[in-house]
Amino acid sequence: MTDRPLVAVVVFPGSNDDHDAAWALGAVGAEPVLVWHQDEELPPGVGAVVLPGGFSYGDYLRTGAIASVSPVMGAVREFAAAGGPVLGICNGFQILCEARLLPGVLLPNRQLEFVCRDATLRVESAAAPFMSRCTVGQELVIPVKHGDGAWYADEGTFVQLAARGQIVLRYAEDVNGALGNVAGVINDAANVMGLMPHPEHAVDPLLGSADGGLLLAALVDAAAAYRVALAPA
Amino acid sequence: MKATVVVRPKDGILDPQGDAVQHSLRALGFDVASARIGRVVDLEIAADDRADAEAQVRRMCSELLANPLIESFEIRLEDE
Repeated sequence: MTDRPLVAVVVFPGSNDDHDAAWALGAVGAEPVLVWHQDEELPPGVGAVVLPGGFSYGDYLRTGAIASVSPVMGAVREFAAAGGPVLGICNGFQILCEARLLPGVLLPNRQLEFVCRDATLRVESAAAPFMSRCTVGQELVIPVKHGDGAWYADEGTFVQLAARGQIVLRYAEDVNGALGNVAGVINDAANVMGLMPHPEHAVDPLLGSADGGLLLAALVDAAAAYRVALAPA
Repeated sequence: MKATVVVRPKDGILDPQGDAVQHSLRALGFDVASARIGRVVDLEIAADDRADAEAQVRRMCSELLANPLIESFEIRLEDE
């Protein structure tokens, strides 16, 4: 039995950053466990869930739409409703939006080009557990690689999210046509977060940046705290 | 029963695919002010009657086929 917090990484058909996410989570102190999308339950003792990047179901219909109704999502929904930390990266963000666990939706990039490069992000809010190792105004360099990354919500929702500090990350420049250059958002309860950039690809200075490690390490902190909160006194 | 669902991007929603097609059509010499790209889903379903079919397809649209934030849909039913 390890004392590292158990973090589930869900594998959908077409996920391709599942192993990178698991590796990176391991590098920042978690015990990652891969969970298949057909599983109707999460492994016992899980402290956080990550929906990784990729192209689940070939992006058929709309990105993330089909994965959002797969069997494992029932368990993820319950986990989130109970206050468990859930992080969606890229395709995982698209899935969480389609599952209505996060506000908005990801549209095709305005330039109709797949964008694959380092992006500079500005931390807009550090209130969420996922952002606890960052400070407001801090700049993070984390790579993006997506064709459908233009976050969109109606004007009323957008204004409300901004006022409540639910927009946690913005691109320092226009990367894909996202409304307000939004790169990452959290839900009302601040325990579900999605972002288009890939923190799991930025956990080692040797690979250009370790800024993604700040987000993943904060997720591991949240996973540990969640397990402690659930533990019998 | 056969049913067809037409899904369209709502007005004002970014549709870069439609924009690219509009530009291409203009390059071909057509006077096209706008092109919007949606999706057609042809279904064959088991239903008691038209009302049942319509209700089922409407639920399919709200649960999966269309995202109400960005898309509108239209249902057409066709008897065998």
